[in-house]
Amino acid sequence: MRVYLEARPSPSRLAAWMTPVVAAVATIVVGFVVFGALGKDPFAALRAFFIEPIATRYGIAELLLKATPLMLIATGLAIGYRANVWNIGAEGQLTLGAIAGGGLALAVGDAPWPSFLLLPAMFVAGAAAGMAWAAIPAWLRTRFNANEILTSLMLVYVASLLLSWLVHGPWRDPEGYNFPQSKMFDANAMLPILVPDTRLNAAFLLGLAIVALAWIFVRRHVVGFEMRVAGLAPAAANYAGISMRRNVWLGMLAGGACAGLAGVGEAAGPIGQLLPSMSPGYGFAAIIVAFVGRLHPGGIALASVLMSLLYLGGESAQVNLGLPSAVTGLFEGTLLFFLLAADVFVNYRLRAVAGAPT
Amino acid sequence: MNEITQIVVLTLAAGTPLVFAALGELVVEKSGVLNLGVEGMMLVGAVASFIVAARTHSPWLGVGTGALAGAALSLVFAVLALSLRANQVATGLALSLFGIGLSAFVGRPYMSVVIEGMKPVSIPGLSDLPVVGKLLFAHGPLVYASLALFVLVHLFLSRTRAGLVLRAVGESPQSAHAIGYDVIGIRYLAVLFGGACAGLGGAFLAVAYTPAWVEGMTAGRGWIALALVVFATWKPWRVMIGAYLFGSVTLAQFQAQAAGVALSSQLLAMLPYVATIVVLAIISRDAAMIRLNAPASLGKPYHPA
Repeated sequence: MRVYLEARPSPSRLAAWMTPVVAAVATIVVGFVVFGALGKDPFAALRAFFIEPIATRYGIAELLLKATPLMLIATGLAIGYRANVWNIGAEGQLTLGAIAGGGLALAVGDAPWPSFLLLPAMFVAGAAAGMAWAAIPAWLRTRFNANEILTSLMLVYVASLLLSWLVHGPWRDPEGYNFPQSKMFDANAMLPILVPDTRLNAAFLLGLAIVALAWIFVRRHVVGFEMRVAGLAPAAANYAGISMRRNVWLGMLAGGACAGLAGVGEAAGPIGQLLPSMSPGYGFAAIIVAFVGRLHPGGIALASVLMSLLYLGGESAQVNLGLPSAVTGLFEGTLLFFLLAADVFVNYRLRAVAGAPT
Repeated sequence: MNEITQIVVLTLAAGTPLVFAALGELVVEKSGVLNLGVEGMMLVGAVASFIVAARTHSPWLGVGTGALAGAALSLVFAVLALSLRANQVATGLALSLFGIGLSAFVGRPYMSVVIEGMKPVSIPGLSDLPVVGKLLFAHGPLVYASLALFVLVHLFLSRTRAGLVLRAVGESPQSAHAIGYDVIGIRYLAVLFGGACAGLGGAFLAVAYTPAWVEGMTAGRGWIALALVVFATWKPWRVMIGAYLFGSVTLAQFQAQAAGVALSSQLLAMLPYVATIVVLAIISRDAAMIRLNAPASLGKPYHPA
């Protein structure tokens, strides 16, 4: 008997929505085995990883807090990914957003700018900076045909060096005992807290609003439709006169703007100042969130919560099990592997025929 | 050692990790497969080689393990992208993210371990010759290995039947399949070779060039290697030129710092990344030339009938 993959007449919607669940379960099974192999009690480890972090009200708030940047960035990235525009430099665009928004907060200082003016201004500055950073690969792609994957990624390193230079040099807090960090932002530059005694702030609402906007754009706007066509059938899109140049610009700028917003959210939220690193890799994790969420705003919102749980679990595993928190990255990669593997069943099904292999 | 000799020796060493990784990726891409996981494979090769070198006190065992680790990780890519026909871009990105996480995880206990790195070769007599002695006969052994790899890859692609088959698979998998070649099998071998080369590049960094294990120590060299393949328009000799150019840019940054240039170290460190972007834009500008030189089926999954 021989088993082979047979193309489905049309992609299976059921399989498309089931694969993220299958991938998540498979990742947990792998976690079980890995923890066991490391000599930890796997049940206790999984409890520490997935249950304990969200067993309290504070934990739930942390879950949503960390889901916010992931949700924001992945929503923006997915707009490009649907059109085969591969912006993988969101980490750098986030950094630029934090620099611009944080820079504004530092420049204003304790001048009497009310919060309702300063915070929106910071978000606008951050989104603009993220877009400007994303515009570089977009321009290089449309003008010079340069691969946006490589150029956007190179700019991540440039952005992180730029931030490092700022907090080591011109923006260093003169009273900060020589630590590479800026002054703390003033209270009027900090996002309001949503739930008392937690760190969950208004950026979460902004994230939800962006998800809703993206949903409308993708499902109800003709440009969203055209970008999907361009991703699914580039030749047909070209024949129909859909401009690839416009798709590249829109896709990159949407990703840059959202990542910039996320950067401001981090700076004016849980961090409250500029540090040499403003994100534990949210810009890269958001790539996985976008795929696990099927490039769909609703799916992305759910996937961002799952990925946020992996971050919290990593921290909890470090405290409770003495495992390096890098275990988070391991789980993230495994999740995406399983998703990609399971995705084969969206377009193919297994068929078995009798007889020897040909 | 006079200054020019020293600069040559340092430039070759700085370019060597890129030579390994980019030559490997070139072979992969010649078979029509785009593996964006080079950065992850380099890091896993680096950490595996460092751990083995630290435990066995044998840098050579470490280097071998590094190559094997890179190949093992590339096997994951091959299964997903070739057998299960997953999107190559997404799979490659996943491989890089996974490799970064895996290397950070297993490397944590080795962060401050010190090992004795590989020594440059010293051939009595030859290495002591004036001028040419140090210029030709005093590099690290892996630098010579990378040069040998270049010769082998060049000859393989341009002078052997197997190389011709590999290129045919990359240009037109349907035709190669029709005349009886196992497209998927050949692509598997190419991907594994690329993984081993990336692992070697990482191993060179961890046990010879630095030698140390630092999280994310490849610092984007895997991505620069991918850009180099485009820069080289898929020609091995141009990969070499590109790799040493970037090696010299990396060095220029340290030289400038040593010479007391009044720019902060962070701004100087941007140099290799900015240079990659600029060079990539200049080369890619000629879309027709890229189309002519790129393997025709690059990045497209192959579906046997």
